[in-house]
Amino acid sequence: MNTWVFIDHFKGNALPSSWEAVGVGKTFGNVTALVLGSGIEGLAKTAFEYGADEVLLADDATLADYRAEAFATTVSKLAAERTPDLLLFPTTTRGRELAGMVAIDLKTGVMVDVTALEASGDRIIVTRPIYAGKLLTKETCSSKPQVITLRGRAFPRPATQLGRSGMLTKVSAASGDFQTKVEGYTAGEGGVSLTDASVIVSGGRGISNNPTFTPPGGLDEKQAEAWRGQQGYKLVTDLASVLGAAAGASRAAVDAGYVPYVHQVGQTGKVVAPDVYIALGISGAIQHLAGMRTSKVIVAVNKDPEAPIFKLARYGVVGDLFQVVPALTAALKKKMGK
Amino acid sequence: MKIVVCVKQVPDSTAKVVVDQGKITWGDAPLIMNPWDEYAVEAALLQKEALGGSVTAITIGDDSTKETLKRALAMGADDAILVSDAAFANMDTQATAQVLTAAIRKVGAVDMAFFGRQAIDGDSGLVPAQAARLLGWPAITLASLIKIDGTTVHAERGIEEGRQIVSTKLPAVFSLTKDFGEPRYPSFMGIRKASRAEIPTWSLAELGIAAPVSVISWPEIMNPPVREVTCEFITGGNPEEIAETLADKLLAEKVL
Repeated sequence: MNTWVFIDHFKGNALPSSWEAVGVGKTFGNVTALVLGSGIEGLAKTAFEYGADEVLLADDATLADYRAEAFATTVSKLAAERTPDLLLFPTTTRGRELAGMVAIDLKTGVMVDVTALEASGDRIIVTRPIYAGKLLTKETCSSKPQVITLRGRAFPRPATQLGRSGMLTKVSAASGDFQTKVEGYTAGEGGVSLTDASVIVSGGRGISNNPTFTPPGGLDEKQAEAWRGQQGYKLVTDLASVLGAAAGASRAAVDAGYVPYVHQVGQTGKVVAPDVYIALGISGAIQHLAGMRTSKVIVAVNKDPEAPIFKLARYGVVGDLFQVVPALTAALKKKMGK
Repeated sequence: MKIVVCVKQVPDSTAKVVVDQGKITWGDAPLIMNPWDEYAVEAALLQKEALGGSVTAITIGDDSTKETLKRALAMGADDAILVSDAAFANMDTQATAQVLTAAIRKVGAVDMAFFGRQAIDGDSGLVPAQAARLLGWPAITLASLIKIDGTTVHAERGIEEGRQIVSTKLPAVFSLTKDFGEPRYPSFMGIRKASRAEIPTWSLAELGIAAPVSVISWPEIMNPPVREVTCEFITGGNPEEIAETLADKLLAEKVL
């Protein structure tokens, strides 16, 4: 199968799920990596080290910033000329959008956010979660090329082979009257991204329940609760920083103003599957559980022994967060030698 | 400013969704407007309030999905259109995008088309970008801020690394993130107006397109494997001792 993998990157830093996609592509034979950007020849080299056999490199000033129209037109033009059987994208913001647009250009369908796949003749049968993971569906596409986006962390990252090389083919960026201009960026908070994290520490409504928190004067009830939640969230970020983990939150904590929305895990936030998910003061609403239920080891600390989160948890502590969590942070810090 | 907002009716996010004898069921949980689409309606209404014009809500579905159009009307949309035809059953995203695109073209002279970022049932999140591609318009997906200056759009969009600040030209397609701002509740007057609204239905023939062909099929829908886990509750001693035990157990799992 002639397989292409789109390498998603920001200023030359590839998102890890791009390499996971190269690994998946290799299970179907040789892999051609698509590397689009400006001044990104180094990324082509890395693609070979992760297992790409060929790199189509569009290194062009017009591709310096991601713009859907310019990127999709370039990928579609290359695919129309060279007719790959299978086009893989990581399920990232850019990957998902591009897969959708390229499929329209190539008059085919997209199987999105796939967590497992198998070849059946010249078709791929995929499995993907729907309803935020409350259900799974098998999916096939009757048209070519088969366009698939792969969920991050659903597939292993291939080992790199330093110095491995392959065929580098320079291609040109598609030209066109693209209306969108990129004016700049504002940085996120930094830290570990939820979807790539192997460990996540999350806080829920319970993190505001510390009676010793005394909000400053002049706040109404809602503001005072948000203030208490913001203070309580330090439990989450302190533990996360010891573990090198990403910080998450339940929808209740986000809606109450404790933490910004980028941290939300669940059906209307991010769906995550880390190796360890530590839920602090999260009772486990069905929308939240849907977003983290495939985590390998779930740990829950909650004062309510009946909280639904304990039904998914490997380890549970029924108790006061504000006593248990600082002690856990200290114990792990000591034992991990940090 | 002529604005369209595309909405979808879905089972409530708190619904317990299961597969029973090959069919998806959600018990007696209510059907609601897709939560992401509420942000799209809010964004559309804010643009109308700032710039004048009208907001038209569109959905694809059977008669029962008029309830979701009424929700949009109650929030403040000016009119609503139900796009309905037996040919629209079980469509994949590119077919859905074709039908919505045809409806947007039939509305005519549309400046802005708003979509939720994804529907919480299918979770594809492809239709906004695919509709933009079919229309030949730029797509500002995952927008957290939109400002219109004449026919120029200034926007911020959420990306993994933070936010990307972009400008483009109308007409354009938008999808929204939650950062955009909380959707409003329908007003009492709005609900009264919506309950009396006449909602026209457009069929395939009225859209004037060939029946859309879906290329994606779903041979099997399954309940996820049951998670075989028994929670080991760490008890006994003071919080420090509990924390110590838990830390040892976690380190023994060799996952940290």
